[in-house]
Amino acid sequence: MAEQHLSGYRRPDGRVGIRNHVVILPVDDLSNAVCEAVARTVPGTLALPHAYGRLQYGADLELTFRTLAGTGANPNVAAVVVIGIEPNWTQRIVEGIAPSGKPVEGLSIERFGDLKTLERAARVAQLMLQDASELRREPVEREEIIISIKCGESDTTTGLASCPTVAQVVDRHVQAGGTVIFGETSELTGGEHLIAQRCIDEAVRSRFQAMYDDYIREIEASGANLLGSQPTQGNIRGGLSTIEEKALGNIAKTGTVPVVDALEPAQAPTRRGLNFMDSSSAAAEFITLMGAAGAVLHLFPTGQGNIVGHPIVPVIKITANPLTAQTMAEHIDLDVSGLLRREYGLREAGDQLMALIDRTINGRLTCAEALGHREFVLTKLYRSA
Amino acid sequence: MSQADSQALEERRGASAAPGFLIHNEGDHVAVAVQDVQPGRHLAVYMDSEREITISVLEAIPLGHKVALSDLDEGQVVIEYGLPIGLARRPIQAGQHVHTHNIRSARWQNSI
Repeated sequence: MAEQHLSGYRRPDGRVGIRNHVVILPVDDLSNAVCEAVARTVPGTLALPHAYGRLQYGADLELTFRTLAGTGANPNVAAVVVIGIEPNWTQRIVEGIAPSGKPVEGLSIERFGDLKTLERAARVAQLMLQDASELRREPVEREEIIISIKCGESDTTTGLASCPTVAQVVDRHVQAGGTVIFGETSELTGGEHLIAQRCIDEAVRSRFQAMYDDYIREIEASGANLLGSQPTQGNIRGGLSTIEEKALGNIAKTGTVPVVDALEPAQAPTRRGLNFMDSSSAAAEFITLMGAAGAVLHLFPTGQGNIVGHPIVPVIKITANPLTAQTMAEHIDLDVSGLLRREYGLREAGDQLMALIDRTINGRLTCAEALGHREFVLTKLYRSA
Repeated sequence: MSQADSQALEERRGASAAPGFLIHNEGDHVAVAVQDVQPGRHLAVYMDSEREITISVLEAIPLGHKVALSDLDEGQVVIEYGLPIGLARRPIQAGQHVHTHNIRSARWQNSI
């Protein structure tokens, strides 16, 4: 395979992004309206509205802070305006982003109101946007790119073909010195031992096992009937019958490399290689956690046709389901249904995906980006106070 | 050449371009339809060994759904990917559709 020249944005902290967004980041639900108004006033900036940020406490609040700060610090972001209802938590987020060295400014609404806040924030955002427009792509190394992986609306074609295609890329990316993050804790059920066996040492293995056991204990304690939720109705329609069958397809995309670490939700990886993150399997929540951990590109195998995107992380969709490729073509970046017809092998499918990844790194928009899919969903651990 | 032989040859020719089923591993109890399949004889290919077999299918199997490769007893562990994917809820005959109506998770007992 020819090595393609890769280009990206090297941020002040040395991390590499593949997009150059100026983000208007609300700390809480109340601040969504003014953030969206700023983005309308300064077109080219991007508001990230979300549903939470009020009266959260403990681990749930820490996860929200970590997710918001991590998203602002993500190297796909050039600069950030943080807006919250009051100054204290706003400052927490600003301080969480500041170590990245990028321009970040916090504004709060109380004692100003939306309209004065709009003007103050728009003036800051305008300058940030103009400055960001002067940043240039430069040559970057493959090993500097952090990729996350998760499949969605899976069916049996996912386990047969689109996940094994992603596995090709995972092995190649890690062998090139890069970092890949996977997760979907509950969706490993039936194959969790396969992941445990691949953990690089006993410390990682016991951390992974504790995360898995805790998640399953929580699900089982609910007493709910999970059939229809996990596997989803779409999974079942596509032919998946049990969580074990879904899990084995899911795990098929993780390749063969060792698991070097087990991360908390939204925790940035510090070890190169394949990292596990304790996470929900819901697509938008998952990619939001990955973006917060610093992933700059997401690979998304789908069977029945999940259409998720993310505001700052390009999402590449891969399907092997010929019906999905045909009926939902505008959402599918790579059709590998030829694998089912045995027209080509996995290595060739992997080559196709690597080539598409390189073009996406270099600036080609994904289907989800072109269609404006900007799902940004915080993971909530429990109800607010 | 008899009509049956000629038909079988035609099936093989058609199937070699695109198999009706793929099977993950030797020893699996189920094959996955990679196109909408009608009852009858169809080519299936093992992905680990590349071995090709012809299987008899008793019911229509939609794309992505599974067919039993052997008879399964009630309560028997069902193998796909060389690993357990659940338990048979009732006896399943080779050639029958395998899905939530006749297999269930062995792990999440509330998902019955």
